[in-house]
Amino acid sequence: MQLESFQYDNKTVRNFALATIIWGVVGMTVGLWVALQLVFPTVLNLQPYFNFGRLRPLHTNAVIFAFVGNGIFMGVYYSLQRLLKTRMYSDTLSKIHFWGWQLIIVAAAITLPLGLTTSKEYAELEWPIDIAITIIWVVFGWNMFATIIKRRERHLYVAIWFYIATFVTVAVLHLVNSFELPISFFKSYSWYAGVQDALVQWWYGHNAVAFFLTTPYLGLMYYFMPKAANRPVFSYKLSIIHFWALIFLYIWAGPHHLLYTALPNWAQSIGIVFSFMLIFPSWGGMINGLLTLRGAWDRVREDVILKFMVVAVTAYGMSTFEGPMLSLKSINAVAHFTDWIIAHVHVGGLGWNGMLTFGILYWLIPRMYKTELYSKKLANIHFWLATLGILFYAIPMYWAGFQQAEMWKQFTESGQLKYQFLETVTYMAPFYAMRALGGVLYLSGAIIAMVNIFKTIGQGNLVENEAAEAPALEKTYTKHAGEHWHRWIERKPTPLLILSLVVILIGGMVEIIPTFLVKSNVPTIASVKPYTPLELQGRDIYVREGCYTCHSQMIRPFRSETERYGEYSKAGEFVYDHPFQWGSKRTGPDLAREGAGNLKKSNTWHFNHLEEPSAISTGSVMPSYAFLIENDLDTASTPVKINAMRTLGVPYDASFAAKANADLMAQAKEITASLKKDGIEVPANKEIIAVIAYLQRLGTDINKK
Amino acid sequence: MFSFIKKYTETMQDIQFYPIFSLLVFVAFFVGVIWYVKVMDKKEVDIIKNLPLEQ
Repeated sequence: MQLESFQYDNKTVRNFALATIIWGVVGMTVGLWVALQLVFPTVLNLQPYFNFGRLRPLHTNAVIFAFVGNGIFMGVYYSLQRLLKTRMYSDTLSKIHFWGWQLIIVAAAITLPLGLTTSKEYAELEWPIDIAITIIWVVFGWNMFATIIKRRERHLYVAIWFYIATFVTVAVLHLVNSFELPISFFKSYSWYAGVQDALVQWWYGHNAVAFFLTTPYLGLMYYFMPKAANRPVFSYKLSIIHFWALIFLYIWAGPHHLLYTALPNWAQSIGIVFSFMLIFPSWGGMINGLLTLRGAWDRVREDVILKFMVVAVTAYGMSTFEGPMLSLKSINAVAHFTDWIIAHVHVGGLGWNGMLTFGILYWLIPRMYKTELYSKKLANIHFWLATLGILFYAIPMYWAGFQQAEMWKQFTESGQLKYQFLETVTYMAPFYAMRALGGVLYLSGAIIAMVNIFKTIGQGNLVENEAAEAPALEKTYTKHAGEHWHRWIERKPTPLLILSLVVILIGGMVEIIPTFLVKSNVPTIASVKPYTPLELQGRDIYVREGCYTCHSQMIRPFRSETERYGEYSKAGEFVYDHPFQWGSKRTGPDLAREGAGNLKKSNTWHFNHLEEPSAISTGSVMPSYAFLIENDLDTASTPVKINAMRTLGVPYDASFAAKANADLMAQAKEITASLKKDGIEVPANKEIIAVIAYLQRLGTDINKK
Repeated sequence: MFSFIKKYTETMQDIQFYPIFSLLVFVAFFVGVIWYVKVMDKKEVDIIKNLPLEQ
């Protein structure tokens, strides 16, 4: 058959590779900064733009979407062309995809420190950026599908299945979770409220891990590991089971982030069952990856690329063992809200994503530049720094997590809680310091990698267009004798896409629809009323400052929690919360009933505490919010916000928007009057007054008659 | 269209069977995948398996 000549596009791959390493170093540096903020809170929290609450989302977004995101595209653009024996469909689309994605990252890096956030974890970016992400994602999908259609290889290798599932599922997740009502160019309210918002968010959040950090990287594993080891994958049949089982199960697992919360029990149970079952496909995949090295283990000692890949796949195995365990209620009761979870995600992030990315980079760059890696020795040093960095990061965090849970739950013989929350915070200081050391090690390794890669680039020449030859694909496919009808799936990308979509939609719909539509799932509480305008404004500042990154608003039904925080949280208490603020981590105490019962504090306490937390609570790691005393409250937005809430179904009177600011001022003046009695003179139109009003409201409704 | 769905699902009887129904879908799906892998042509599998190694 006639061979056709064509060229692979290496330039786009190179661009994504450079973006991966550069953004990786940036994202990890921000991570180290936030880690050190917990060790040196007064020095490193530069208010307001670089406070912990604003920087932590920048770190998570940078490593997920900038480091791993660019890593995905680097690997996909390289492997897709070669697996399909064709150039990418359109150089223009590749260019738009590359630059569009980098612009989105820059937009995130600017808006998050400015406090422009939706507060939904890993989906913090505001609505204009959400739209940009949608457009660029479509460009990526279009380019990928058009490439698949013009391919010269009939079969679709399993890596491509993973890419297709990634594309379609991320699209669905992003669209559903980003349903929001814009009220200005950079502020929106989540369409969902309370329990429903939490369920959608963690359905998204968990599947961001699944379909952004896992499935595309599994595709990369199935391509680059055989490449690096120079032998085919251990079992192709196992990879097929791995694929279908993984995408089917993952989508159901989201509710394990909400165990013991106000989420309906049946939804929690589904989450547990499916999360537990996930261990089977995950370990199937891990074993398949490791056994690909059968007969090549001697090379692992010498080949630094294989070393990176072995640690990556091992870390994948560890975190996918831990994940199902953490989904069991009894373990979750201990681990949730503690630093254990931080350890867990970093074994996945630093180990699985990080190590695989570096392994691929070391393999890819010399090949595209037709040269050798600048220094194998430096790569080996990087390997050891990274591996030790992971250990120094994870071990102190596991320890910290156990200690926190233990201290939160301990009672004295007379039945009192043994520790004040603050004692559990100050106890963490050495663990946080050790974790930061782990971060320093890992980051130094990444910087060495960057130097090594730049030096390699310097000594070689990029083959921008790599020549290749392959026979054209026959237009008509002739079935061979005895072929089963199901063979079509390996040849046809569109049915594969549709089937993947159906598979993930089943789980998504089963989970979400009943909670949305069956009223009995969220019992309403008559005494729960909408926020006053001042409280609503205060809540928006709470969201802006990222308070949810350290404070939960969800009291679980344990004696240790009800003793400390009061009555456990009910689903009906959150029906006006657009967005929900349950949080996922307790670096500080829960705030669900901050304004009620034993926890209630005076306005003066809140004022002083926000101004200088460590002056009130010695050893507190909370940053100062003194700038809230200077900032004027934006009252011009009040009527717009009230009307937006009305659109979302919050029962304010139709005429309320017009008089909302009068109501706001009246409430603010009550607070300033009470502050004045304690000698604090502050105008009523300052942001701190709104925040105090919101904190004083928290958790009070259910006690109202 | 949405209100149409909403109307019926709000008054849905025996909603507890919904998850069980989904579990059955899940089991059926799995049996399907395993059967599919079992009847795959071995020669074809070898071709696909070696695709990444082709230059």
